[in-house]
Amino acid sequence: MKNSNLTRKDLAKAIHEKLGFSKQSSSELVDRVFDSLKDHLLREESIKLVQFGTFNIRQKNSRVGRNPRTGDTMEICRRSMVSFKPSKGLRGKLNC
Amino acid sequence: MNKSELIEALAQEVNIPLREASPVTNTILETMINALAAGDSIEIRGFGSFVVKEYESYVGRNPKSGISIEVPPKRLPFFKVGKELKERVNDGA
Repeated sequence: MKNSNLTRKDLAKAIHEKLGFSKQSSSELVDRVFDSLKDHLLREESIKLVQFGTFNIRQKNSRVGRNPRTGDTMEICRRSMVSFKPSKGLRGKLNC
Repeated sequence: MNKSELIEALAQEVNIPLREASPVTNTILETMINALAAGDSIEIRGFGSFVVKEYESYVGRNPKSGISIEVPPKRLPFFKVGKELKERVNDGA
């Protein structure tokens, strides 16, 4: 069986059904939560959510890479990236 | 930032009491955890997506002692940052 894909819409539906907020408020609440997570990451702050995991901003140094198709060497600039480390609790829940 | 700060930020922004913001945040996280536990993926536009990868069992080694052990099959969640967030994080670098 194909697994499904959870979206903002499903999260809003869960809030609406479980907590009784209107559908419109529920979807606004979901948007606000992810906006807030995004804002913190953009300020390079890490986010630690108990039972879920930690989001971090990692700095990658510049390095010499290769275009895998042509084999040309090129410089890959210094960049930042978001990394996620699942918590022990979440890893446990996926494996029981 | 941790979960209680996230709850406080939400309460302030939409002007609801903490006792309402807290179950909202928890419902979101629980729903996401349950989806991943069921092996489903999550896709939040503008933020990123989570997929569960399955690993077969393999023979690994304790790097300290060098003793080989059988690693049981496992499932791990992976996060892929969304395009918009990825680009904006990089602009600040």
